[in-house]
Amino acid sequence: MAVTLSEPAAQHVASFLARRGKGVGIRLGVKTSGCSGLAYKLEFADAALPEDIVFESHGVKVLVDPKSLPYLEGTELDYTREGLNEGFKFNNPNVKDQCGCGESFTT
Amino acid sequence: MALLQIVEPGETTAPHQHRLAVGIDLGTTNSLVATVRSGMSVVLNDVQGHSLLPSVVRYLADGRVEIGRTAEKHRSLDPKNTIVSVKRLMGRGRGDIAHGETLPHDFVDGEGMVRIRTIAGIKSPVEVSAEILKVLRQRAEAALGGELIGAVITVPAYFDDAQRQATKDAARLAGLNVLRLLNEPTAAAIAYGLDNASEGVFAVFDLGGGTFDISILRLSKGIFEVLATGGDSALGGDDFDHRVFCWIIEQAGLRPLSPHDARLLQAHAREAKEYLSSHGEAPITIKLGSGEYVDLLLTTDSFTEITRTLVQKTLTATKKALRDAGLTVGDIRGVVMVGGSTRMPQIQQAVAELFGQEPLNNLDPDKVVALGAAMQANLLAGNRAAGDDWLLLDVIPLSLGLETMGGLVEKVIPRNSTLPIARAQEFTTFKDGQTALAIHIVQGERELVADCRSLGRFELRGIPPLVAGAARIRVTFQVDADGLLSVTAREQSTGCEAHIEVKPSYGLSDDEIAVMLKESFTHAGDDAFRRALREAQVEAQRLLEATRSALEDSSTLLSPAERETIDRAIVKLEAVMLGDDRRAIDAAMQALGAATEDFAARRMNQSVQRALAGKTIDQISP
Repeated sequence: MAVTLSEPAAQHVASFLARRGKGVGIRLGVKTSGCSGLAYKLEFADAALPEDIVFESHGVKVLVDPKSLPYLEGTELDYTREGLNEGFKFNNPNVKDQCGCGESFTT
Repeated sequence: MALLQIVEPGETTAPHQHRLAVGIDLGTTNSLVATVRSGMSVVLNDVQGHSLLPSVVRYLADGRVEIGRTAEKHRSLDPKNTIVSVKRLMGRGRGDIAHGETLPHDFVDGEGMVRIRTIAGIKSPVEVSAEILKVLRQRAEAALGGELIGAVITVPAYFDDAQRQATKDAARLAGLNVLRLLNEPTAAAIAYGLDNASEGVFAVFDLGGGTFDISILRLSKGIFEVLATGGDSALGGDDFDHRVFCWIIEQAGLRPLSPHDARLLQAHAREAKEYLSSHGEAPITIKLGSGEYVDLLLTTDSFTEITRTLVQKTLTATKKALRDAGLTVGDIRGVVMVGGSTRMPQIQQAVAELFGQEPLNNLDPDKVVALGAAMQANLLAGNRAAGDDWLLLDVIPLSLGLETMGGLVEKVIPRNSTLPIARAQEFTTFKDGQTALAIHIVQGERELVADCRSLGRFELRGIPPLVAGAARIRVTFQVDADGLLSVTAREQSTGCEAHIEVKPSYGLSDDEIAVMLKESFTHAGDDAFRRALREAQVEAQRLLEATRSALEDSSTLLSPAERETIDRAIVKLEAVMLGDDRRAIDAAMQALGAATEDFAARRMNQSVQRALAGKTIDQISP
């Protein structure tokens, strides 16, 4: 199972990286916090760490640390527009429950 | 599910902890809101995809308010209730408004600021601006999916305290927390990342729809200092449109136009101008109300010809600003272009020629101020990347001080001090037994109060009655990060205190700051002379007071002849002290001093004798 980017997500990441002028890709992860236990991490990655698992999706490198991977297996990161708001969205098959806002979740 | 943005490594916040902050360019013609998203500053569009919100507010009889495009559409139908260019009215008294008579509004005098009578009641410029800000706030909250923790709002560099305070009040009224007011040219420079560049002097050339501003900034140690501002508050893209409009009338030999045709022509004139920014010539085809056709071709050459004087005006103002800053074009390291009208190739070319370098123009000139403000807001909200922990500071444009005896200005905070700042200075009483002190706060570079701008007055009461010069009153001037002033006076022995937040009653006109600065240079010699004269006059006054009170006290010590000599010297001093001959005043003071020398000595002896009377040597020796 892999962690992937949808095509629009990959395009946005690529353009953000280009604007930023540095970075090898993006880092996805989870951390324990929030009202439902876990929260997503979505950061620019300046360098891959030795333990990172690296996926590649539409030409963009996606770095995941091994501890986060079990919670993210099969996730597709999408880029969507909801009204005026736009941003990234995790489509994560492992999520059993999430808080109302979706910012934190349990698996 | 909330939508996420990519953040810098290690910057992931806890859920519900995203700090949403925006930058707002509250413009005379158009306003915008921007934010930093996934590390990039972007302008937020409305539902129709428009980024510019026309700064137009229309009040309706049923209490509804139209803002932006809808209001603009009805501007010609309902001019009295449709308020445009409200920024020009912010913090201004009725007399301050340039070309007020040409505006269709029904102005009412209000406390501190002019008001506008509309069908929905009397509105202050602050309320009108708040309507615009509310729309931008709602747009931002919809686009960011949460409540804003704050906003950075830009203001022209020449805005004075009254105008800045009015802008802050408008934001508060719109439910926005103001993180900082930021000078527009500074915001533009930030958008270009000049704050990360090495040090140097930069020019910001801002030609908007109806105003032209030129600012000369110096960047040193991450701080932008405004060296000079200049411009023309009645020069902008609209004037270029008008030249084209007149050209069409002339070329087509049109009779007086109906209002409908005039509007039509104006719209076409503008279109043609914009078309020329990317094409060599612009065809103009208009069907008039009468069914007649106007069919013309405007070439770049003729456009350049008819607008030459306008371009020249911007260059003249630019050169003047450079002169005011004491600089030449060679000192300028970069030129930032701001405002939609700088898209005109003629402007680009003229600016490039003047400065001998290509101006910075790769960011959208309509958006650059908002983009910079958003970057600043992002930092102030605490979303900063590691190593990026600087805070950008601004400076005060004109010195702040207070009035001392004789109408002189004592500067407490000098011009170009970085904000925030607090400075204290001690003052004392002028007369014996004085129990109150009037504190008059002024802003400006000149030596005399009459030539500076009055910001506010207050009184410190409850000073213990002491001899002149004995009381110690500490006056503290504090200017917060937005350039707003509060002044506190405290008598040191009793601790009695008085305080004022300066909300000045009216503001300076657009060019006045520049004018005031320039005058302070040209009048420097003159001012020094007048200062010395006033000081002599104050000293003379003090000497007279002291002599008179001594005479009342101990007149018995003088023979009638001696008394007459002193009286003559007093009369002589009184006669010259109001004139402008400083030497005569000095001479008369010396004469009075000489005439009272013996008298003073006798008074001294008398008080020593009184103090010693009835005491033995043992009692007084230590």
